[in-house]
Amino acid sequence: MDTASTYLDGNAAAGPLGDFFGFDITTTIGRCAACRGVMLMAQCRVYSAGPGLVLRCASCDNVLIRLVVTGDRAWLDMTGLACLQIDRTESG
Amino acid sequence: MGRLSWQRATVVDIREETATARTLTLEVDGWSGHRPGQHVDVRLTAPDGYTAVRPYSIATPENGSRIDVTVALVEDGEVSSYLFSGSEVGTEMEVRGPLGGWFVWNRDDPVPVQLIGGGVGVAPLMAMLREHDRVAERHPMRLLYSTRGPETLLYAAELARRTQNPVPASAVTVLHTRNPSATAARPAGRLTISDIAAYGLPPSPRTRCYVCGSTGFVEAAIELLLKAGFATDNIRAERFGP
Amino acid sequence: MPRPGTRVFARVIPGRDPVGGSAIVMCNRTHIDLPADLEERVMGTFSAGFTGRHKRGAEGADLPPGQYVTHGFPVLSAGPTPQVPLDAWRLEVAGEQGVVQSWTWDEFRALHAEEVIVDVHCVTRWSKLGTTWTGIPVEALLADVELDGDFVVASSYGGYTTNLPLEDLLDGKAWVAFEYEGEPLDPEHGGPARLLVPHLYFWKSAKWLRGLRLQDDDEPGFWEQLGYHEYGDPWREQRYWGD
Repeated sequence: MDTASTYLDGNAAAGPLGDFFGFDITTTIGRCAACRGVMLMAQCRVYSAGPGLVLRCASCDNVLIRLVVTGDRAWLDMTGLACLQIDRTESG
Repeated sequence: MGRLSWQRATVVDIREETATARTLTLEVDGWSGHRPGQHVDVRLTAPDGYTAVRPYSIATPENGSRIDVTVALVEDGEVSSYLFSGSEVGTEMEVRGPLGGWFVWNRDDPVPVQLIGGGVGVAPLMAMLREHDRVAERHPMRLLYSTRGPETLLYAAELARRTQNPVPASAVTVLHTRNPSATAARPAGRLTISDIAAYGLPPSPRTRCYVCGSTGFVEAAIELLLKAGFATDNIRAERFGP
Repeated sequence: MPRPGTRVFARVIPGRDPVGGSAIVMCNRTHIDLPADLEERVMGTFSAGFTGRHKRGAEGADLPPGQYVTHGFPVLSAGPTPQVPLDAWRLEVAGEQGVVQSWTWDEFRALHAEEVIVDVHCVTRWSKLGTTWTGIPVEALLADVELDGDFVVASSYGGYTTNLPLEDLLDGKAWVAFEYEGEPLDPEHGGPARLLVPHLYFWKSAKWLRGLRLQDDDEPGFWEQLGYHEYGDPWREQRYWGD
């Protein structure tokens, strides 16, 4: 089985993460806490595991973000993400 | 940024594209606008409260409160089968969006653009192409659209019109992977590096590529683009899954 | 768990009757008792004729609350599918002092296996009834191990972990399975071998099993750290923290 075919782009997480943050996180830049690699969140790998969403570093597969959403609660773990850089200017 | 709450959407028009795909025009209450390349999450709710959510690319550029989504029937797909055969004009659902700030083309981006779409992955690229036409953008845009055969060709009438009346600065080449057609650019087969050389834009450092389709298609296309000399930083991909 | 006396007004939107030909306008408000996590959705827009692929309690089956029977076998994954060559595969049991027992693939397959038919229940609400697995009972793997801890952390190739009380792995309640429906277990379903604990939600049945570690404390695993219930009994609908 082709392992590469089980993930989607960070884009696929735009909806659920946007729900949580209140803005589109996919254009933010993140630094992986494991390999220190820097990437656009849109370029990380999204694995959908039912109510849980996992975003992994495209370079080293480290778990950057985990998100679980149910009807009345959501949990977010970002311990794999060292930091996020957000553009505060008005985007077109 | 778009509103991220769920908004009611109503089907106001349907175009049957092929035996396994149709385009729905949705009227969305309070739509805040979108940029070519963005998508929406569509949510269906059954009477017992069961819900299903799937993302769909918007195939049209901004058009008031209307967005087009093209639905391809997926085997055992509970959402696609409902949208394909269970919905009709007047059917209601909910959408969340617009979503995705990276896989977008802005009319103000002064770069040549290469679009490569596989199957229904061509949908967000059509939004970009139609916007490019509408604003009479002069930087070149080329679309390579790979699909099984004429029986799976989406937007067939529109693409035929473009062939009759070519639009300056943009061109579409349809390639078939399986079933030949008299009007296809070359015999049926998978996308190759010669297709990119023959029908795409030259690999200048400024050319930006957008690739969309199944994960397998996207991975193969990206490999070809890199081999052809396009810069990895200039390639944006959207994988639809296996 | 459903809050007793929860009342929700279902806002039903005018829509077309999918069976008949004419439009019906439904404006009546209905009182419905719903589990908390369905409330929000009922307030959403009904899509006339949409029921999803699920069937509730089909064929008189006894289903845990909130579950639907599926005939497919959904693949849900938190990461890339590990590819573990059999000559490198190991299963280890460890205690507080370290690894106490380990098996190579050949050693593992030489153990006495049994075939079991069980129902499995996923927290995402699908249930698959009457699934057939072949595996080694966990108590057989622990037979020569000093059981010096009340809890277990199951760990997988690829980094996934999940936690359970030790007693939920004993007495015919759990296996390390290597075949599904008589065929070698597919990597996308957890092969070469996965944990199988059908009386708990299926996220506890760790795929690509590599180790079981006994310890005194209950240590939340990959999903338990993030909202999933520490125990996960489908019959008490223990999906998330506080359920």
